[in-house]
Amino acid sequence: MAKIKSFEELKKIKEKVQSNVELREKGENIDKLVQVKVAMATCGIASGAREVMNFIIDDLAKQGIKNVVVTQTGCMGYCYAEPTIEVTMPNSEPVVYGNVTIDRAKEVIEKHIKNGELIDGIIPVTHKTIE
Amino acid sequence: MSNYKMHILVCGGTGCKSANSDKIVDNLNEQLKINNMDQEVKVLKTGCFGFCEKGPVVKIEPDNTFYVQVQPEDAEEIVKEHIVKGRKVERLLYEDPETEEKVSNSKHMDFYKKQMRIALRNCGFIDPSNIEEYIARDGYHALGKVLTEMTPKEVINVVKESGLRGRGGGGFPTGLKWEFASRYEADQKYVVCNADEGDPGAFMDRSILEGDPHSIVEAMSICGYSIGATKGKVYIRAEYPLAIKRLQKAIDDAREAGLLGTDIMGTGFEFDIELTYGAGAFVCGEETALIHSMEGLRGEPTTKPPFPAESGYWGKPTNVNNVETFANIPVIILKGANWFNKIGTEKSKGTKVFALAGKINNVGLIEVPMGTTLREVIYDIGGGIKNGKKFKAVQTGGPSGGCLTEKDLDTPIDFDNLIAKGSMMGSGGMIVMDEDNCMPAVAKFYLEFTEEESCGKCTPCRIGTKRLAELLELITTGKGTMEHLDELKRLSRVIKDTALCGLGQTAPNPVLSTLDIFWDEYVAHVKDKTCPAGNCKKLLKYYIQEDKCIGCTACSRVCPANAISGTVKHPHTIDQEKCIKCGACMDKCKFGAIIKK
Repeated sequence: MAKIKSFEELKKIKEKVQSNVELREKGENIDKLVQVKVAMATCGIASGAREVMNFIIDDLAKQGIKNVVVTQTGCMGYCYAEPTIEVTMPNSEPVVYGNVTIDRAKEVIEKHIKNGELIDGIIPVTHKTIE
Repeated sequence: MSNYKMHILVCGGTGCKSANSDKIVDNLNEQLKINNMDQEVKVLKTGCFGFCEKGPVVKIEPDNTFYVQVQPEDAEEIVKEHIVKGRKVERLLYEDPETEEKVSNSKHMDFYKKQMRIALRNCGFIDPSNIEEYIARDGYHALGKVLTEMTPKEVINVVKESGLRGRGGGGFPTGLKWEFASRYEADQKYVVCNADEGDPGAFMDRSILEGDPHSIVEAMSICGYSIGATKGKVYIRAEYPLAIKRLQKAIDDAREAGLLGTDIMGTGFEFDIELTYGAGAFVCGEETALIHSMEGLRGEPTTKPPFPAESGYWGKPTNVNNVETFANIPVIILKGANWFNKIGTEKSKGTKVFALAGKINNVGLIEVPMGTTLREVIYDIGGGIKNGKKFKAVQTGGPSGGCLTEKDLDTPIDFDNLIAKGSMMGSGGMIVMDEDNCMPAVAKFYLEFTEEESCGKCTPCRIGTKRLAELLELITTGKGTMEHLDELKRLSRVIKDTALCGLGQTAPNPVLSTLDIFWDEYVAHVKDKTCPAGNCKKLLKYYIQEDKCIGCTACSRVCPANAISGTVKHPHTIDQEKCIKCGACMDKCKFGAIIKK
């Protein structure tokens, strides 16, 4: 590393490298953040879940939205409606969206994650996640 | 912005490393490559997670999944299932021993629920060999703050107001110590970090150095600024190779980044750190002995005053603090004295790191706010006693400390409460004992340790500890008398009063403490020639229970002394004259027919 010549310079380096640990810091506080789980079983991946997941991660980063954790999960059982994502706002019950295209994912971010509005496409939850 | 979407943290502490965690890292990287995920998932080798009982530990972020007892060959399943498909690998999750439920989020595990991590804030979180990771966690920001915004006096005041007390065992107010060192004028002053962790069963300093070495570099620099020192020394025992390696790398990297050396961050401040290896002598944890050892002399203590603050390393003003004490400093500077002194008890502020060991379910490294009770530590965090046995005592403070029992379990742990109960905090070793532990034997263990570690300078310690160990040997082998017990007491008092330094003065503590609480157990050894805990070999007798013995002859076949006789399908008997008490018969018996008492 090049010599750090002032406190200001150190602060700038911090800003540059803090994304290195951001994922982990989020994981430590996961209960206080919005969680988006993308179902990534074979059925999900085949219907484009990976593209959806990558889009969500990139879009959140682009918009500078920091209170969201995007993770992948296994098959939720709604193979007919893949790709599916589960959105959990802090202290509330999870909501599952089916047939999530890139456009639909964008809508989820804009309306649900940013404003807490529910949008069309919710699958009535018939499963429970066991911690 | 990095492209990584997931981080896999693999414990790289000494414990997990010895259980092959390096291989786990290699295998994970290999599997990620095979699955084309190496650009999306980053594998990091961190410091100790603390949950050593179930190591090697692997944690996956950001979904905070905690895998335990991971083997190198599990890497394939973790990548294929968790990383590629997002399904947690159930069998590697921690299972709560009480509810038998799998817990994936470490925050929901009993082991972590009551903990509060300040000194260990970065252990198990960052890659200790990467300075950028430390900077990302506000690393060196406290140093930047003191150099640009605070006078040395202000720094000392913050440390004083925080109420931080020395974590090496003495519990002396850290700010006050710094103030003393700052008052003396000299052409050269020194900051010394005491990393000579010698208590049996203690490993907190080692884990901090392995998991977050930069925090020590930063804290020593802050101390140097406040007392007017330009040189720092870390006295570290040579048997801590991993800690040495990581600390040396941290020092080299900090120097390269201009965070050590001359004109640090353009402020004109100068400070540098060197390592000095200790040969692993218990007495060298005492500050005057430590300084002598650093000067190349024998590691023998001298009387204080003069204190090192006045005349320390090479006769210059020197401030000596323990690793854990230093680890608290950067956080105190950044978050303020008030934030820190709200944590803990009235006279003991902040948190304390403990190394939990012995007959406890969750052996490991923990950090709790001062004032947490022993019961919470042993039962809630430590998961209680192994194999459903009964709790007997907990030894705190290492060889200088004492034992605490059932009646002390609700004592809030802090410096003063433990001393009031006849033990001490010490550096934070905590050894839990169950009903199978014989207390005279425990005292013997500690005395043999101090006998070996005595520097030999003063007679009470050199000869006294040897005599104490001999008396305990007599007692535990059935040759003891009541007079021996009196002598044990008397000699202990004499050593306490006359030894030169802390090692000798505290060496009899394990004896006095166990004599006091477990007098009956000592008496049983000398009067009845029995060991109630069933531990002292010489006092045990093996018996065969007639009703349980089916006469399979398995025991008589393994007995090396031909002490067991009997005919097939009829109960056997043991000839006590011939029996050498090896216990082979008991291990062999499938019917639990052989007992020892």
